[in-house]
Amino acid sequence: MSSIKPRVKVPKEASIDEIVEIKTLIRHPMHSGRMKDADGQTIPRHIINSFSAKFNGKEIFQMNLEPSISTNPYISFQYKAKESGTFDLEWIDDNGEIYSISKNMVVS
Amino acid sequence: MKLKKLRRISRRNALQLIAGFTGTAILPSISFAQSNQALNRINEITEGIGAIESDIYLDLPEIAENGNQVKVSFEMDSPMTESDHIKTVYILADGNPSPNVAKFSFTPVMGSCSATTKMRLSKTQNVYLLAENNNGQFLMTNAKVKVTIGGCGG
Repeated sequence: MSSIKPRVKVPKEASIDEIVEIKTLIRHPMHSGRMKDADGQTIPRHIINSFSAKFNGKEIFQMNLEPSISTNPYISFQYKAKESGTFDLEWIDDNGEIYSISKNMVVS
Repeated sequence: MKLKKLRRISRRNALQLIAGFTGTAILPSISFAQSNQALNRINEITEGIGAIESDIYLDLPEIAENGNQVKVSFEMDSPMTESDHIKTVYILADGNPSPNVAKFSFTPVMGSCSATTKMRLSKTQNVYLLAENNNGQFLMTNAKVKVTIGGCGG
């Protein structure tokens, strides 16, 4: 497990059929493979290449990230609340490192 | 009788007219397509079918002072039902080292097709949005972003 803790904003409560916004931010250098360090050496590519969101175990949203995505990637998306449950969010980088977080939402 | 005379166009004149029209219409689009990696990529993704230029909400700054963090938001006008929804959205840039920026996969349960992220732009360029619906149709739009300080660490 990684020590990096993603920052995620999910409303704690929502009403049925309300469109809620999920905002995420994760700390990652996102080396594009084109940048050089102080000695002029190219820093090898190291980016988060995939993000996925599940709700109650079912995948609802997925995103492929390319080197053109900024350092500390920010991703937000919307979801129509139907029932109470848990969002499981997961980021995977080029080294196979997995960063994840879960958030609950009560729908009434 | 007078009207008839006015409408008569000789074959030579007609040919010249057609040549004039097609010449101006086709030439710029060819030279544009050859130099644009984003449009080439759209051609690849759509397997040559191409995309329909449409009115999509694509929010980008007109001027980005820092090319390292350029916010891009979009919202597709779609009912997001099982029978009619947007499946995939691509963000492409024609002036970056690679045209690919991001690919989003949506599902109907999301109820809306909208997302935001931040990207790098190395210089002033056009950013394209390409969307595919569940029937395999492609829609696209684009916007120009002026970049003051480039953000690809070239």
